[in-house]
Amino acid sequence: MSGNWNYIIRRLLYLIPVLLGVCFLVFVLFNLTAGDPVLMLLGKHGSPEQAAALREQLGLNQSLFMQYVDIVKSAFTFDFGRSWSTKQEISAMMVQGAIPSLTLSLPAFAIATFTSIIFAVVVAFYRGKGIDLFIRITCIAMMSISSLVYILVFQYLLAYKWGLFEISGYEFGFPNFLYYVSLPVLIWVILSLGPDIRFYRTLILDEIYQDYVRTAKAKGLSEKAILFKHVLRNAMIPIVTYTVVQLPFLLLGALLLESFFSIPGLGGMTITALNSSDFPVLKAITILSAIAYIVFTLVQDIVYTVVDPRVKLQ
Amino acid sequence: MIGQTTADTMMDGQTVEKKEPEDKSKSLWGDAWLRLKRDKIAVVSLSIVVFYAMIALLSGLGLIAGNWAQEVGPSYAAPFENFDYILGTDLFGRSVLTKVIHGTQVAMSVGLISSMIAIPIGVALGASAGYFGGWVDEIIVWFYTTVSSIPGIMLLMSISFILGKGITTVYIALGLTSWVGLCRLMRGEVLKHKNREYVQAAGAIGAGHGRKLFKHILPNVTHIVIIFTSLQFQVAIKSEVILSYLGIGVSGQPSWGTMIDDAKLELARGVYWQLLGATVAMFVVVLAFNILGDALRDALDPKLKGKS
Repeated sequence: MSGNWNYIIRRLLYLIPVLLGVCFLVFVLFNLTAGDPVLMLLGKHGSPEQAAALREQLGLNQSLFMQYVDIVKSAFTFDFGRSWSTKQEISAMMVQGAIPSLTLSLPAFAIATFTSIIFAVVVAFYRGKGIDLFIRITCIAMMSISSLVYILVFQYLLAYKWGLFEISGYEFGFPNFLYYVSLPVLIWVILSLGPDIRFYRTLILDEIYQDYVRTAKAKGLSEKAILFKHVLRNAMIPIVTYTVVQLPFLLLGALLLESFFSIPGLGGMTITALNSSDFPVLKAITILSAIAYIVFTLVQDIVYTVVDPRVKLQ
Repeated sequence: MIGQTTADTMMDGQTVEKKEPEDKSKSLWGDAWLRLKRDKIAVVSLSIVVFYAMIALLSGLGLIAGNWAQEVGPSYAAPFENFDYILGTDLFGRSVLTKVIHGTQVAMSVGLISSMIAIPIGVALGASAGYFGGWVDEIIVWFYTTVSSIPGIMLLMSISFILGKGITTVYIALGLTSWVGLCRLMRGEVLKHKNREYVQAAGAIGAGHGRKLFKHILPNVTHIVIIFTSLQFQVAIKSEVILSYLGIGVSGQPSWGTMIDDAKLELARGVYWQLLGATVAMFVVVLAFNILGDALRDALDPKLKGKS
C-alpha cells in the first residue's frame, strides 16, 4: 500500500511540470505568436497614447518572462482577469457558464454511456453472429457522417419542420431547461453511440478471451452466467476508468452543440471568444480544461489501483 | 469504373509480388497482404480510396472540375433538372457536382498533408523516447502529456487563429494536433522491440544505435504508421467540416466543409442538395477509410485479430 501512496504523491508532483508546460504552450500561442492584441482591440484609428495606455492596462509592457509568470499565477489562483469584450470577471463568467453546459452534458453523457454499454453487452454476447456484424457496421456508418450534418438535419427536421423541439435558446430553472436541451442531448447521444459501442465492445471482448473465462466454461457455466457474473464485472474496471477520464470534457459541454443551439454555456462562450479574439477568455478556458484533464487522468489512475488489485503502479 | 480498373491493376501487380514470399517463408507484408485480400469488404474499401485519390489527383492537375467557379445555371437550381448541373447549383449558380469534385481534392489533400506533418513528428519523438529512455524519454513524455492535456479543439482553434484563414492553416493545424497518439504508440512499440533478441543480436555483432533503430526496429513497427495514416485521413476530413463551421477552415475555394456549412442558411429555403452532395461524398470515403483502418489493423497486427 505504501508503494501506492508513493505513486500517488509522485503523480501529484508531476502535475506541476505538466501545468507549467501547459502555461508555456498558452504563452507561446497567445503572447508570442498571436499578433498584437492592442491593434486588434483599438482598430486602425487608435492614437499612440491610447495604445500605450492599453498596453499598460493589459500588462503587455512587461517583459516576456513576467507575462509568462502572470499566466502561471492565473493557473494556480484561478484569477484570469477580465474578458476583453464583455469586461466581466472571467471566473464569474465560468461559474455562470458551467450550469447550462452541465444541464446539457450530464444527462447526455449518462444516457449515452448507459445505452452504449447495453448495446456493447448484446454485441459481445452475440459476437461473430449477424446482429454483431449489423450493429458494428451501423456504428462505423454513423461515425462516417460529419457531426455538423447531424446537427443541421435534426434541427431542421425535428425542430423547424415538425416542431417537436425548441429550435434554439435556453432558459434557466429546472423544468424549463429541459425543453431546450432535449434536442442537443438527443444529438449528443446519437453522436456518441458509434464510437462508444465499438470501444466498450472491445473492452468486453478483451475480457472474454481471458483464461478465467475458459475455466468457467470448462466447469460448465452457461454463456449468460459467464458474461454477467465474470466478464462484465471485470470489464467494469476499464469501463469506469474510461468514463472518469471523459468527465472533465463534460464541463466544457459540446462546443458545437452549444454554439449551434445558442446555449449560454462554456462551449458556446469559447466560440464567441474565438470570434471576438477575446484572448483572456480563450487562455482561461484552455488552462482550466487542461487542469481538469490532468486531475481526472490522475483520478483515473488512482481508481484503477483501487478497483484492480492486479495493477501495481510504480 | 476508374476505381475498378485501378483496383484490378493494383491486385495484378500484387499477385506477382505475392508469389515469391509464398515459395519461401512469408514476409510480414506478403502475409498481411494475403490476409487483407481475403477480406472482400477491405478490398472494396481500398478500391474506393484509390478511386477518390484519382479524382483528387485529376482535379489537382486541373483536368476535371477546374471550372468550379463558373456560373453554369440559375441560383439554387434543383438537382436532375439539367444535365449541365446534374446535382443542382448553389447560390451563385455554380454546379454542385463540380464543387463536390473539387472538395474531394481538398479533403484528400487535407488528409495527406496533415499525415505528412504528423508522421515525422510522431515517429521521431516516439521512437527516440522508446529507444533511448532516460531523460530523453522523460522530456518527450512530458511534452506530449502537456500537449494532450489541452483539448484538441482548443489547440486547433488557437493554431488556426494565429495562422489566419486558409487551407495551409488547416493542413498545419490538423498536422500539429494529431501526432500525439502516434507518438505514444510508437514509444510503446519501440520500447517492446528494443530488448528483443534480434536487436540484441544486432548489437552483439557491432550495430550502433542508428543501425539498430533504422535498420532493425523501425521496419518492424511501420505497421503502426500505416494504420495511423488510414485513420488520420478520416479524422482530418471530418475536422475540416468543423473548422469550416467555426469560420477558420478553407476559404476561397469549395470544400465539403464549406458546402455543409452553407446548408445552415439553405435548409430553411428547402435547398438540401449542397448538404446531400457533400455528405454522401464524404460518407463513402470516410466509411472506406474506417473499414480499411480496421482491416489493416487485423492484417498487420494479428495479435488483435478477432477482437475488434
